[in-house]
Amino acid sequence: MTLLALDWLLIIEKLVLIAIIVFASLGIALYTTFAERKVAAVLQDRPGPERAGPFGLFQPFADGLKLIMKEEIIPNSSNKALFILGPGLAMTAALMTCAVIPWGSSVQLFGRTIDLQIADVNIGILYIFGVVSLGVYGIMIGGWASNNKFSLMAALRGASQAISYELAMGIALIALLMTTGSLSLRTIVEQQMAPGHLWNIAYQPLGFLLFFICAMAECNRTPFDLPEAENELNFGYHQEYSSMKLGFYLFSEYVNMIMSSAVMASLYFGGYDIPFFDESVLPQNIAALVGVGTLLLKIVVFIFIFMWIRWTIPRFRYDQLMNLGWKSLIPLALVNMLITGAWILAKL
Amino acid sequence: MEALTSRSVQVSRKPMSLAERLFLPAIFKGMSITFSHIFKKQPTIRYPEQRREFSPVFRGLHVLNRDEEGRERCTACGLCAVACPAEAITMEAAERLPGEEHLYREEKYAAKYEINMLRCIFCGLCEEACPKDAIYLSETFAPANYTRKGFIYGKDEMVIPNVKTDPEGYAKAKGSPRNN
Repeated sequence: MTLLALDWLLIIEKLVLIAIIVFASLGIALYTTFAERKVAAVLQDRPGPERAGPFGLFQPFADGLKLIMKEEIIPNSSNKALFILGPGLAMTAALMTCAVIPWGSSVQLFGRTIDLQIADVNIGILYIFGVVSLGVYGIMIGGWASNNKFSLMAALRGASQAISYELAMGIALIALLMTTGSLSLRTIVEQQMAPGHLWNIAYQPLGFLLFFICAMAECNRTPFDLPEAENELNFGYHQEYSSMKLGFYLFSEYVNMIMSSAVMASLYFGGYDIPFFDESVLPQNIAALVGVGTLLLKIVVFIFIFMWIRWTIPRFRYDQLMNLGWKSLIPLALVNMLITGAWILAKL
Repeated sequence: MEALTSRSVQVSRKPMSLAERLFLPAIFKGMSITFSHIFKKQPTIRYPEQRREFSPVFRGLHVLNRDEEGRERCTACGLCAVACPAEAITMEAAERLPGEEHLYREEKYAAKYEINMLRCIFCGLCEEACPKDAIYLSETFAPANYTRKGFIYGKDEMVIPNVKTDPEGYAKAKGSPRNN
C-alpha cells in the first residue's frame, strides 16, 4: 500500500536542500568571522590571525572551541527561560530568511527538475521582512532577561533602531516593487535576467542606497552598532552572556549580514545572473552551479563593503541615529517612491 | 588676545553645507583612505621566525666577562650589588687556591653569583659600577619560565664561554659585528 500518498521524493529533496543551504550559510558565517578579522587587519596595516593553520584558516574553529569550553554563566536573578531563549530566537530568525532566497536557477537530477530555492512563495519579500522583524525580539528578550540596566538600555536602543530603519527599508522596497510588479524573489531575479533589462540598480539607485543603509542598521553594524557598543553601553545587550549563548548572538549577527547581502544581491544586482554572459550556452546543471557561484561572489563583495565601512566610520550617537532614520531616510524614501511612480506613469 | 602657540587653528563654526550634511562625500573619501591601507607595507614582525634588530646599547641579559686568557674577571667586590637599585644581585666570595691561576684573575673570586631576573630592572647601573669590566648587559632578553625559581640565574648561566677551551661557544656568544 502506498505510504500516506505523499510525494516522498519532494520532501526528501527539500530536506536535502534545507540541510545544504543551512550548513553552507553556517559555514560561510564561520569564515565571515575570520574574514572580519583579516579585513580589519589589512585595513589597519597589520596581518591579522596567521598562526592557526595555514594562513590562519583554522582560526574560526579555534574561536568556536574557545567559546564552547567557557563556563556557561546564567545569572541568578535573571529570567532563566527567556535568557536561554534570546539567542536561540536571534539565530532562528537569522536562518529563516534563507528559505526564500533564490540561490540558483534549477538543476536536473534523477529525472527531476530541482529549483535551487527552498520555498518559492509568492510573497517572498514580505516573508523576509516579517522574519527580520522577529529578530528584534531576540534583542529585546536578551536585554530584558539579563536583569541588568545596561543591557536593558541597550536592548531598548537596539529595538527602536531596528523598527525605525525597517520603515525606511520598506518604503524603499515599495518603489522597487512598483517597477517589478511581483513580491516573489525568483520573479524579480528572472526579470533582471531577461534580455533588454538591466539590473535593478540602474532603475533604482537611490532606492539601493537607502536599502543598503537600512540593512546596515538592521544588522547592528557600525556605524549603527550602538546597541552592542563596547565603550558606550558596556558591551550592550549581550553583556551577561557567556560561552555558546554569546557565540549564538555574535554568530546570528553574521548570518544576518550574509542574508542581507543575499537579499540585496537578488533585488538590485541580479541575483544569480552573470553579467554580460548568456547562460543558455551552458548545460543546465553547469549554468545553475555557475549561477550559485556568482551569487556567492556578490555576497562576498557586499560583506567586504560592510566590513570596509565598519572600519572607516565612527558610530552614530543615539539621537543622530534616530534623526537620520526618521527625518532623513523616510522622506528620501518617500521622494524616491514618488519619482518612481511618476516615471512609471510617464512610460505608460 | 595673542595665541599661545604658533600652531593654533581657528575653529570654523560655519553651518554645514549640503554636501557636508549628506555625509556621503566624506564617507567615500574616508573609505578610499582605508582602502589604500590594504596595499601599504605592514610593519609587523613575525616572532620567532623574524626578530627585531636591537641597538648596540640595548640593555638585555647580563654576561660575566673573561679576559683574553680565559680567566674570569669578576672579583666579587660587591660594587654591582650595592649599585643595583632593585637589590637583585647576591654573591659569595672565595679565595683562589694555588692551582687555579688560569681560572681566575685575582685572588678573590665569586663562588656563587646570582641575579634574580624578576627583580632586575635592566638599568645597567651594575655595568657602570664594575671596576673590572666584569659584567655587561647583552642583547638577549629574559625568556619565559614556569616557576619563579627558574628566573634566578646562577653564575654558569651568565658567564661567557672560555675563549681558550671553547672557542666556538665563545664566538657564538660574541655574535657578529654590526654593520653600523
